[in-house]
This record gives sequence, C-alpha cells and structure tokens, in this order.
Amino acid sequence: MNSLIRYTSRCLRFGVASSLFGQAEGRMWTASTRLLCATSDLQKDLGEMVKKDKVVVFMKGTPEQPLCGFSNAVVQILRMHGVDEYAAYNVLADEQLREGVKAFSNWPTIPQVYFNGEFVGGCDILLQMHQNGDLVEELKKLGVQSALLDAEKDSK
Amino acid sequence: MALTSDHIRDKLRTELAAEYVDVEDTSANRCAASFKVLVVSSQFEGKPLLQRHRMVNTCLAEELKDIHAFEQKTLTPEQWEKQKSK
Repeated sequence: MNSLIRYTSRCLRFGVASSLFGQAEGRMWTASTRLLCATSDLQKDLGEMVKKDKVVVFMKGTPEQPLCGFSNAVVQILRMHGVDEYAAYNVLADEQLREGVKAFSNWPTIPQVYFNGEFVGGCDILLQMHQNGDLVEELKKLGVQSALLDAEKDSK
Repeated sequence: MALTSDHIRDKLRTELAAEYVDVEDTSANRCAASFKVLVVSSQFEGKPLLQRHRMVNTCLAEELKDIHAFEQKTLTPEQWEKQKSK
C-alpha cells in the first residue's frame, strides 16, 4: 500500500510535465470517440460505452501511462485485484468526452469507474472499497474473482 | 465568492450539519485549485459511500466548477470516533 501512495504522489508531482507527452497511447481505447460529434449523441454513446464492458474507467491518460495521480491510483487498485481487462477512455484526448462524461455521471471529477453500467465512484470511493473489502465483493458480483482472494488462499 | 478552505468548511458545516469538517488546500501540489476534505456528519448514517459523496458534491456544486482536483472522506460520527481511537 505504501508503494502505491509513493508512486501516486510521484505522479501527482510530475503530472503536469508528462501531460505534454503520451498522446499516442490513448488511441486504442478512444476509437469510439470518433463517433462522438454532437452532445446529445455523446450522452447516448456514453450510455452504450458504460454497458459494453463489465468494467469501464474514464481516466486521464491510459492504463499504461496514467497522466494523473488519482487515475493512476484507480489503475493500480484494479491491477492489484487482477482486473486487467477493462475499457479505459482517455478524457485528455477528447475535450467533449471529458465534459460529457461529467454531465452523464453527474460527477465533477475524473477518474470515474463503472461496474456493469452502474456508476461506482471516483478514486476515493474505489480506494475505500479496496480497503474495507467491498471491492472484492463487487467484483464477485461481476463474475470476476479478485486476485487478492487467490493470494489469500495461497498464504493459508 | 472566494474559493478558500474557510468558505468550503463553513458551507459544509452548515449545509450538511457536520459536527466536524477538515479542509486541506492541496493546490500547492498541483497547478490549480485542489482540496481535500473530511466531513463527519450524522446525515451520512445508513447511506452508501456514493450517496454521501454526492451529498458533498451537491453542497459544493458551485465551487466544484472551479476546483480542479477534489478528494473527500465522509464519515459518520461513529466511524470518526473509531478512526480516532486507532
């Protein structure tokens, strides 16, 4: 946990500088943003985007290169639980998406996490769910076995 | 309306009947207005995390338009006592 916090604070300090780079990596996951031309279309598309995959994350940067400490924390937490397959949309690559998703979720900040089309929360909520065991339960409901459960079994 | 810790603290205390509010201005770590808040209120009793955070978001809806990064911790008085005794 401590290394997560240290890594996150490093990202927070260098977040501004690194936002000048790394635009290319986001392309893989922002393919669907080509369709987002008008705002009402965007809201409709967002409705589909969040249901298309079990786990959906709207973040700054990409899972390989998060461009914000909070977005990075979400990526790290999901990784800890062995959730490597999820849809990640880079809001820095698309200003319309960035504002549109805030309106769609009625939530003022990024990152934003969706499970099965339902809004879960941002970094704070995901972190608290991770710390109090709720995240393992929620992943189970999605049909995802958290890697931390396997780790526990191995250590017993 | 200035975006200060005091203003945010007072607003949260009044609108959420909070018994304890701590507001930390974390803007120095980033390039724009950022805050970290801790709110302890009995109004959070029985409400899931997401609902609690939405209550705070609604309370600070105007301010959040100008805030770049926002962290929040929402506890009931009981959770707060437990945390303090750790």
